[in-house]
Amino acid sequence: MKKLCLKNGHVIDPANGLDKIADVWIANGKIAGVGRKPDGFDRFDEIDCKGLWVMPGLVDLAARLRAPMPGIVTETRAAAAAGITTLCCPPDTAPPVDTPAVAELIHHHGDEAGNAHVRVLGALTRALAGTDITTMAALKRAGCVGVSNARWPMANAMVMRRAMLYARTFDLTVFVEPDDHSLTGDGCVHEGRVSARLGIPGVPESAELVALSRDLTLVRETGVRAHFGRLSCARSVELIARAKAEGLSVTADVAAHQLFLTDLDCAGFDANTHVRPPFRTDADRDGLRQGVADGVIDALCSDHQPHDEESKLAPFPSTAPGISALETLLPLCLRLVQENLMNRTEMVRRLTSTPAAILSDPAGSLGEGAPADICIVDPKRVWQLNPDEMVSRGHNTPFGGWEFTGRAVRTLLNGKTVFELK
Amino acid sequence: MNGHDIQIGPDGKLHHFLSVEGLDREMLVSILDTAERFVDVGRQDVKKVPLLDGRTVMNLFFEASTRTLSTFELAAKRLSADVLNLHVSKSSTTKGESLVDTLKTLQAMHCDIFVIRHGDSGAADFIARHVEPHVSVINGGDGSHAHPTQAMLDAFTIRRHKPDFSKLAVAIVGDILHSRVARSEIRALNTLGVGELRVVAPHTLLPARVDSFGVQVFTDMDEGIADADVVIMLRLQEERMRGAYLPGHGEFFRMYGLTQERLKLAKPDALVMHPGPINRGIEIDSATADGPQSVILEQVSNGLAVRMAVMCMVLGVET
Repeated sequence: MKKLCLKNGHVIDPANGLDKIADVWIANGKIAGVGRKPDGFDRFDEIDCKGLWVMPGLVDLAARLRAPMPGIVTETRAAAAAGITTLCCPPDTAPPVDTPAVAELIHHHGDEAGNAHVRVLGALTRALAGTDITTMAALKRAGCVGVSNARWPMANAMVMRRAMLYARTFDLTVFVEPDDHSLTGDGCVHEGRVSARLGIPGVPESAELVALSRDLTLVRETGVRAHFGRLSCARSVELIARAKAEGLSVTADVAAHQLFLTDLDCAGFDANTHVRPPFRTDADRDGLRQGVADGVIDALCSDHQPHDEESKLAPFPSTAPGISALETLLPLCLRLVQENLMNRTEMVRRLTSTPAAILSDPAGSLGEGAPADICIVDPKRVWQLNPDEMVSRGHNTPFGGWEFTGRAVRTLLNGKTVFELK
Repeated sequence: MNGHDIQIGPDGKLHHFLSVEGLDREMLVSILDTAERFVDVGRQDVKKVPLLDGRTVMNLFFEASTRTLSTFELAAKRLSADVLNLHVSKSSTTKGESLVDTLKTLQAMHCDIFVIRHGDSGAADFIARHVEPHVSVINGGDGSHAHPTQAMLDAFTIRRHKPDFSKLAVAIVGDILHSRVARSEIRALNTLGVGELRVVAPHTLLPARVDSFGVQVFTDMDEGIADADVVIMLRLQEERMRGAYLPGHGEFFRMYGLTQERLKLAKPDALVMHPGPINRGIEIDSATADGPQSVILEQVSNGLAVRMAVMCMVLGVET
């Protein structure tokens, strides 16, 4: 592979404390250096990055790829188009990732597609049924970066407790999407003003808080490392903050769209606002934002859930929940910077080195020897999201028509350009 | 993106009737006034007017219903429209044919009005957004969201007995949480300027944030119906006895059932209403349902007039 220099870009690499104009040198798919030209760079290709940001490729903690096939090819291509170079796929695939074979299959297809690194969470219980724990040691050997029951319920607290103890045995992080199904029921919008008005079954805040409180208690008792993902309530932020203050080994993320929309956005029955957990109140959205700003919420993710048109073409309660969100992850996070919630270094950190650390992945850094997974952003580019032009097979987004400033214009994976904006 | 914008056509007239929400007082009064003109049609020997002659009304029911379906059917027939009743079981839309495909097929039959009854909240709104512009959609009840013709026939019945809404205290009693009738009634009666609107139910059957409805909330039946001019009892669905909403019929009737004894707490001339079908001995006792203050059967007859009015209005037919 030819050597490469990304010339004159503004390098933002929080993992290495860099925020300055510098050249990035790449050899053999790895970072050879930032700044001064390393030895042995006599002949190399050059990409002019003047006026652009050069940052580590994004690491997305939750993206449904509709794996194994054919979703994985298009969805990783969509990731590349959004500057995302590492994706973590929850285990609720069909079939679920409860055996090493399924994990290997997804890894294989991911590698074959070659658009992004695909990481996989193993199932916490067999068939995600919540009753029998999986062969976690074998799943780890097959490359699973953690274990999770996705949004599927555990039969009871005892199974969760033992699953945590067993995961801890093999130093596996347990990834939890807190959701007490008995309280969620058939709810599909936040229980509050909008559910009351529309007569749509509501999901009370307690559905998240009861599950989160229980699992934090179990984390304390089992000593497992846990990551709580896709939080939707301001009070969840308080619970996480308390757990962290106590010294528990917990991290948390929020889906970027939760920082922008509320239940009021569901009031017109727009099926694209049907997500799980649901959009909650203004106070929740603001509480989540504050949690992100304060660092209680560590990472930002897409919670990508692409759906075909049919799945959203029905009355609201009968539609599939979820947003095709890869392609709005960075644009929405750039807005957080533009709205002064955080500075750009911090934003980049929450999308790169922090989620990489949660996955114990070497990605998310431009340090010498790191894989040359790079996202190049034009911070001034103004554009409008047209759902029909999305690369993902899912065009289900509530952000159609939104105007954004800043966009990924080129993505490199192992030093190779996997996306370039035409 | 609100469903209520699409109800009004570019000419400012009613094009669909999906929800009371979004319609102003003038529009609601005009529905009531139009309905007045149809009250007598049913009392004539020839119970037909030729207003919708040559038009086709399709009753598209995705949820079982006999009463609502028959009143819509009869209303259309009395207007001389051709009527087609179609029961679509939910399984036939989930298996294979999508709701939109079903709609396209039916649309090819050139209907003028779709009357929709569906188990999902938002279904009528969804269908209105996917029909061709010349088709009007009337909501015959969608999930727990809305049942606007029921709300209007109730308002109509009240007005015939007590014409000044502003002087009335109206109590709606029972399963507010799951009731599309209650949601539409609350909206309609508030828009029509009812003086005092109350809901009465145990907390398990009240929606979260019910306070945002512009109603007074009572959990005590005696307090809730005290000095009321109108008491509207809601049907209690059998399935509420499961799912831990209520312990059983007996206690519900004791705490929230309407009896002759309890009715004495309301004004002496208070109207007793119920959207039907009634569960005798569960939300209301027979003596009260059949008693002198009950206007339950009158509601049924008025339902025809209101539905005739709405059908004419959405098609822009002068009455």
